[in-house]
Amino acid sequence: MSLENKNHQLLSKIATNDKHGENSPYFDGWKAYESNPFHPTKNPQGVIQMGLAENQLCFDLIEEWIRNNPKASICTPEGVNEFRNIANFQDYHGLPEFRNAVANFMSKVRGGRVRFDPDRIIMSGGATGANELIMFCLADPGDAFLVPSPYYPAFVRDLCWRTGVQLIPVQCHSSNNFKITREALEEAYMKAQEGNINVKGLIITNPSNPLGTTIEKETLKSIVSFINENNIHLVCDEIYSGTVFDTPKYVSVAEVIQEMEECKKDLIHIIYSLSKDMGLPGFRVGLVYSYNNEVVNCGRKMSSFGLVSSQTQHFLAAMLSDNKFVDKFLAESSRRLRERREFFTKGLEKVNITCLPSNAGLFFWMNLRSLLKEKTFEGEMKLWRLIINEVKLNVSPGSAFDCSEPGWYRVCFANMDHETVEIALMRIRAFVNGRDKGKNMEIKRWKSNLRLSFSSRRFDEKVMSPHMMSPHSPMPHSPLVRAT
Amino acid sequence: MGIEIEQSHPSVELSSIAISETHGENSPYFAGWKAYDEDPYHEITNPSGVIQMGLAENQVSFDLLEKYLEENSEASTWGKGGTSFRENALFQDYHGLKSFRKAMASFMEKIRGNKAKFDYERIVLTAGATAANELLTFILANPGDALLVPTPYYPGFDRDLRWRTGVNIVPIHCDSSNNFQITLEALETAYKNAESMNMKVKAVLITNPSNPLGIAIQRSVLEDILDFVTRKNIHLVSDEIYSGSVFSSHEFISVAEILESRQYKDAERVHIVYSLSKDLGLPGFRVGTIYSYNDKVVTTARRMSSFTLISSQTQHLLASMLSDESFTDNYIKINRERLRKRYDMIIEGLKSAGIECLKGNAGLFCWMNMSPMLENDTREGELKLWNEILNEVKLNISPGCSCHCSEPGWFRVCFANMSEQTLEIALKRIRDFMNNKDRKDIEN
Repeated sequence: MSLENKNHQLLSKIATNDKHGENSPYFDGWKAYESNPFHPTKNPQGVIQMGLAENQLCFDLIEEWIRNNPKASICTPEGVNEFRNIANFQDYHGLPEFRNAVANFMSKVRGGRVRFDPDRIIMSGGATGANELIMFCLADPGDAFLVPSPYYPAFVRDLCWRTGVQLIPVQCHSSNNFKITREALEEAYMKAQEGNINVKGLIITNPSNPLGTTIEKETLKSIVSFINENNIHLVCDEIYSGTVFDTPKYVSVAEVIQEMEECKKDLIHIIYSLSKDMGLPGFRVGLVYSYNNEVVNCGRKMSSFGLVSSQTQHFLAAMLSDNKFVDKFLAESSRRLRERREFFTKGLEKVNITCLPSNAGLFFWMNLRSLLKEKTFEGEMKLWRLIINEVKLNVSPGSAFDCSEPGWYRVCFANMDHETVEIALMRIRAFVNGRDKGKNMEIKRWKSNLRLSFSSRRFDEKVMSPHMMSPHSPMPHSPLVRAT
Repeated sequence: MGIEIEQSHPSVELSSIAISETHGENSPYFAGWKAYDEDPYHEITNPSGVIQMGLAENQVSFDLLEKYLEENSEASTWGKGGTSFRENALFQDYHGLKSFRKAMASFMEKIRGNKAKFDYERIVLTAGATAANELLTFILANPGDALLVPTPYYPGFDRDLRWRTGVNIVPIHCDSSNNFQITLEALETAYKNAESMNMKVKAVLITNPSNPLGIAIQRSVLEDILDFVTRKNIHLVSDEIYSGSVFSSHEFISVAEILESRQYKDAERVHIVYSLSKDLGLPGFRVGTIYSYNDKVVTTARRMSSFTLISSQTQHLLASMLSDESFTDNYIKINRERLRKRYDMIIEGLKSAGIECLKGNAGLFCWMNMSPMLENDTREGELKLWNEILNEVKLNISPGCSCHCSEPGWFRVCFANMSEQTLEIALKRIRDFMNNKDRKDIEN
């Protein structure tokens, strides 16, 4: 059924501006993928999706847990007796057992070095909802938040679109591995003040997206001092805290403020979600954890606009309070992430491609500066289009993350299976080694290998090609359709 | 066990939205809930506690849902034949699960007796109608603009439509002289009112069937409203969250039917809000939808829904449930019958206590007229009576002023969120209260 929309109805400014972020030039990568998605048997020449920060490595562990715990679901015969209580529960405080389980989980992710108060947990529609919610609580339209670059592209939508808040990037550089320096913070802050912009706070992502690095304790302390001295808020998006797989050990802002007596705790707010650590983006489990009572109070009321489904709360309450499972999951997930990253980066080293040393996240930050024809952002985009169209890999160019230097690309590695990683590596090697002719030979050889190594798997349904995950839709997709 | 955090003084400022009172929780609507929370009725452990009659929940048909789950556990859990756990857990596409959207479209059609068609591609999913209404407001209006809303209206609108959006509500006053129907005169007055306050009117928002009145809007009134918004070139939002709770299907006319009969002329200004919280009694699952005839609104709403998507786990469960036609046909029919039975019961009970209600045909509540009982025909008089009912009769009902009713003395009384036995007890308490009052009057 289609309607003739003769007269364009006047919509709001928010509805008609660009801050939803979907009109960006980075669309090309997604279009290329959507129109030609890789599949090991059906479309082996297709584009491999490496722009999606999803964690697909540990579903087997969760599936096993589900099979062994039918009571966690209100749909099973074992669990249906809870159905009516759960279905009826819409209290914005959230199920107590859910909050307890999440507080417990967050503590475990931090090695038990901090405790979290379940009463300070505010639910929201994923971290997307949580980031927007905290902005509504802390800032007025026109106010600004500092954000170290490179940063997650969808921050523009999440933090600014409906809130009217503006972002001021704090430039970080490869010369010191993109560390956030006190100088950079102060420079950005001062510049804002000179421009009469009211800075309400600083938002950091730790571990970092797209860098995959954790912030050093000293740096974190200096950041806390900075916001404290200037009496502005600190929002720490710790969505990747459970994906730390290597040293240095993860330090959360929660730990740091335990050691800093002089810090005004009501300036500190943590954002968290289960979308990355547990690989459950569909369940929309996000939260704000605030040390500020007023924010907790007001944020809780606001959470009405994005509560977590009680069915999901109930399910996760059971799973996350199973300490044995949680311990095993966190350990195994780290191990698999580390293994995957190492395999990939070692493969790249063979063709002299280096990456920023990293110890967390579902991606690494790849350095292709030596391959740029011109060391400019145009050069970066040119190379990027080449990678998409010829190498058939959808990676994300650094400029999408507002990186200050051209030549960096974010490569996701946890949203595919091992075989696909091998193919991606082969393609990159072929590209670097002089591209073209060698490619066809490589693929033929791979095809015959394919028959041997895949025969034992039920590939068609279980393969981790992201294409299987996203329903094909006539409407144009964007990275923001799935909050990457 | 909480962790005490010392709060510094003076603490750093929060946003204006954070410190405003527009969340509305300091209204009497919510104060009664506190009294209930502190002394909740329980038939065995606290038989003299406060009975909650301020909560518009539908608890009369859970058994039907439970039966479905018991008979279809494979379809609704992750298992063979259905979608895998992995696929479901990863699914965060803001278009929503196609099977779920199709099921919703079909369910919405059934509720309307198939008198209107819904295209599943026009369905946008949000976490509850709360989110849907706020989202639409963000899309249709700028801060400072106005939405016209007929009174009395759902108290939550003050928060949902105004709080974070900065949009104003200008009331369309309705009164008992014509059973609170919306008139063209009232619409025009409200519009002029907004203009005189220098507010741009962007939309009319109606709830049909109405909360708190419990009646479905008549066809002629809907036609008038549609003509009005067309003349003024503004939007119409029709919150049809109670559409499945109409006691008899032929009494509900959705704006969708009228648009179809007009061959969708000027339809792009119309948007329907729906949810499963009332009809299916699933408020915890956070299932809301926006159905818009406007392509740009659909696209934008979809993008905005990123902040408030429905859990894919829940979409999966409900897709299977709502696409089971024998289940939905049966559910809709039986749910209606049970609600009507409850309604008849409460009306009879109130009548025998000497209390009249507005003649209703839908919803989970009735609109009770206690104006003859007021000492003073004012808001204060109403609140005084409300307090008496709360503290002496131990019933939490909602005073009309919390619904912005312009006439004092009306109260919304919910009847579907308790067992029949509890309803009997509530009615007895009211009868006793009224008898005592009579006796007091006579003595005086």
